Amino acid sequence: MQKFILSKKNFITLISAILIALGFLGRFGLENNLLFNGSLIIASILGVAPIAIQAYQALKVKVVSIDVLVTIAVIGAVLIQNYEESAIVTFLFLFGSYLEQRTLNKTRSAIKELTELAPENAIKQMENGEFEEIDVDAVEEDDILLVKTGAKVPVDGTLLTGEGHINEASITGESVPVSKKVDSAVFAGTILENGTIQIRADRIGEDTTFVRIIELVEEAQDSKSEAERFIDRFSKYYTPAVLILGFIVWLFSKNIELAITILVLGCPGALVIGVPVSNVAGIGNGARNGVLLKGSEVINDFSRVNTIVFDKTGTLTVGNPEVAEKEVYGNNNEEVLGYLASVERESDHPLAKAVLQDIGKTSFYTVEETEVVKGGGIVAKIGDHRIAVGNVALMKKENVELSEKAKKDVERFEKNGNSLVLTAIDSELKVLMGIRDQIRPGVKKDLQHLKKLGVKNLVVLSGDNQGTVDLVAQELGLTEAHGHMLPEGKSAYIEKMQAEGQIIAFVGDGVNDSPSLALADIGIAMESGTDVAIETSDVVLMNSDFSRLPHALGLTKSTSNNMKQNIIIAVGVVLILLASLLFSEWMNMSIGMLVHELSILVVIINGMRLLRYRLKRA
Amino acid sequence: MQKAVIQLETLSCPSCLQKIENAVKGINGIDQNSLKVLFNASKVKVNFDSEAVAINNIEKAIEDLGYPVVKSKVKSA
Repeated sequence: MQKFILSKKNFITLISAILIALGFLGRFGLENNLLFNGSLIIASILGVAPIAIQAYQALKVKVVSIDVLVTIAVIGAVLIQNYEESAIVTFLFLFGSYLEQRTLNKTRSAIKELTELAPENAIKQMENGEFEEIDVDAVEEDDILLVKTGAKVPVDGTLLTGEGHINEASITGESVPVSKKVDSAVFAGTILENGTIQIRADRIGEDTTFVRIIELVEEAQDSKSEAERFIDRFSKYYTPAVLILGFIVWLFSKNIELAITILVLGCPGALVIGVPVSNVAGIGNGARNGVLLKGSEVINDFSRVNTIVFDKTGTLTVGNPEVAEKEVYGNNNEEVLGYLASVERESDHPLAKAVLQDIGKTSFYTVEETEVVKGGGIVAKIGDHRIAVGNVALMKKENVELSEKAKKDVERFEKNGNSLVLTAIDSELKVLMGIRDQIRPGVKKDLQHLKKLGVKNLVVLSGDNQGTVDLVAQELGLTEAHGHMLPEGKSAYIEKMQAEGQIIAFVGDGVNDSPSLALADIGIAMESGTDVAIETSDVVLMNSDFSRLPHALGLTKSTSNNMKQNIIIAVGVVLILLASLLFSEWMNMSIGMLVHELSILVVIINGMRLLRYRLKRA
Repeated sequence: MQKAVIQLETLSCPSCLQKIENAVKGINGIDQNSLKVLFNASKVKVNFDSEAVAINNIEKAIEDLGYPVVKSKVKSA
């Protein structure tokens, strides 16, 4: 019976609206007071039934909810035979919660759309070689799966045969299809736009990138900031307090009308719902645009950021450096390059890759006793020779004398914005290479955007030499540039800035810069191998797309403002209502309920604006 | 310990959270600290001891409050 009444809530709302209309027609049209009172009494009883059931259920688990306040108020109104008020208040309350549900669904729509992209089925190659459709939960690692045109990729995997274009918007926010060939990685929840492919399942279920993104977003949308937790605690005591206040007023004034009006006016409606609504709409907007915000605390912190610190290689630059200039000292060139290549082959440093690429085909030697010198380079042995490959600091450490010409070359290379790789064999300089990395396209514009959004300091910290770093800073219009920085140096710098009262976001690579990422108020990892980025970042830029950064910052600023607006609206409404009860004649239960419901709708609609937030083009 | 994720129909009033929280907390065999009622996701996440209480009991406690359960997933925690 209870469930039946609750499930017919919308129908009851409609009936009570009709009854109220009929009642007023009876009074003013037909001047029939019996019809008027009759229909309003029925409307009241009918309308209060679902509210009272909810109130009873709440009390059973020791919660004084809004339903309790409204139920008591309505019963009170009926007792003093004010049927007009009782009917209208119940109607407004029911109709209001109907509208709330409808509009709330809208604010949540962005995230819901995302979760609905989850794949449900997969076509698996069975033992007899035939393909059969199975539930995606039944897929196991290393299964061979078939994906047809228009279908969703069921799990993360590797393409085995075939080729096609895949729309990866669900995990990157970028809807231009990506071409996939044999050995390409494919991701669950993305859509094969053309072609037919077979894939091997590498990661299934909860381990897929898609599911992890969804979990993250779901947790984020319900994570609570300090302010929200305060509101929660507050409202736990607030509603009972209103009830007690109403009771006290009745005891002393014996005025039921006044007492029940206080109950209705004191409803906390918009206050409790205002912040979560902004939160979910803001995070939803981000998720749709390739920006994952990990919760409302992150939104608040990021919106206040005034300093953004960047790593250089792979963040501001493409991260694919190339040898741009070269000087050779002495003879035996072939052999020297062979030694160099053999040592660099041991390293996975981006500069080493550039060196290898430049040397190309050569003969390799056996390398022994390889030792990586942090912030310097590599020292190793080939036969009887001691080979040192690295920067100027390493050469000094290895007691390599630089000739006057070499010193000038080093100076020139640095000024041109090169990173230097020097090679010495048995403490004698043989080769000097200048390696340059291209600046990411569009970064300059993005940085200008960030400045416009109120970021005062844009800083680059890099392990590279000062010349290179200065050049990048100059080209991009950064405010500060520091070279020769080790990971410890970077985190020390961030600590220093924080001590000066700056609120810092750090954008860097997830492996080397993890101390800085952790230390900064907001850490953002640029990593195409999504895993690290998702785990270590407070703000995840899907696909490591730098151009999402301004959108992310602008969005958090708008979301944070939106939350404040909603809190002000909610608190303001309650204050105005209570004040007008004391100081004016016109305030009554119905108007109070109307204003309340309106304020709830206003905060929801205000929150909904965030769904449409877009960065204004600079 | 089992871990349950219970999907509810859209929650629209934040005071529902308090109700659901208190109702589920009152059940024997529930790990109270693990209980999370997610408003926007309309989900209940909770760890429970499957020998002391069945998932059906948890579902029923929530449904008795008037919040229909859409589906629930249980796995070992």
